[in-house]
Amino acid sequence: MKTIINNLNKAFESRVRLGIMSALAVNDALDFNALKDLLEVTDGNLASHLKALEKEDFVGVKKTFIGRKPNTRYYITSLGKREFEEHITALENLIKSQK
Amino acid sequence: MKEEQEYIRDLTEIRSMMERSTRFLSLTGWSGIMAGIYALAGAYLAYRIIYLNEHEVTYNSLEAQQLSGSILQLVLLAIVVLVLAIGTAILLSYRKSRIKNYKLWNPATRRLLINLAIPLVTGGLFIIVLFSKGLLGLIAPSTLIFYGLALLNASKFTFEDVKYLGITQIVLGLAASYFIGYGLYFWAAGFGLMHIIYGIYMHLRYEK
Repeated sequence: MKTIINNLNKAFESRVRLGIMSALAVNDALDFNALKDLLEVTDGNLASHLKALEKEDFVGVKKTFIGRKPNTRYYITSLGKREFEEHITALENLIKSQK
Repeated sequence: MKEEQEYIRDLTEIRSMMERSTRFLSLTGWSGIMAGIYALAGAYLAYRIIYLNEHEVTYNSLEAQQLSGSILQLVLLAIVVLVLAIGTAILLSYRKSRIKNYKLWNPATRRLLINLAIPLVTGGLFIIVLFSKGLLGLIAPSTLIFYGLALLNASKFTFEDVKYLGITQIVLGLAASYFIGYGLYFWAAGFGLMHIIYGIYMHLRYEK
């Protein structure tokens, strides 16, 4: 039991971070506004969670320009994908073990 | 320690976010039903136009004078049916997205439209070529085949059930290309009947 809980990643504890990782896991890359629309959170809230995931190296950033406007796109790193998958497996195992 | 309920909710949210961010879920069963009704009405009118003019529709080229009046009427009719069906689908999707509080235009919508458009535009151009060569008998089968391929291609980005509608259209299209004189019947079955059946199924499955 103890070991299963250890597999739950602390970095994914917040709803917003779970949402970010879920969306990025199945999309090549998403820009800030697309994420904001999907998650329905404020700019500041989303930015701080993205920063945290970036710091863990779970999420990468690609800065490009559309015309003159800067466009920041976020993608999941291979490390992030692995950790996220482990987190999901841990959740599934926890539910099974409690049955 | 968190409760089991919370883990389940986490997983549900992960799943829902993955679906919402990749699939266009604002499509409604009613769009299919309405498209089918327009198509059946269109097919009936087309039948009358063809029947009244007693055109010989075959693999062979038609004489230039045959390509006039009634063909123009048929093309206009097809465009009206298409515009009505697409217009209704957009309107109903817009309404559903408002009710469900989704954004209608998002990366998933864009991908759906691109994947739908490539086979459709290819088919459209191919049909213009058939038309210009006078191979009118192959037009109805071609619309079914290319529409089916477009649906199959787009099904990855919306409800997966769209795939089966796509395969049905391809099969009907292939059959229609063999039984060349019956193009209109196959067309009515594919665009009319199948849309209605599929629309009702989607409505019962997802909107009840």
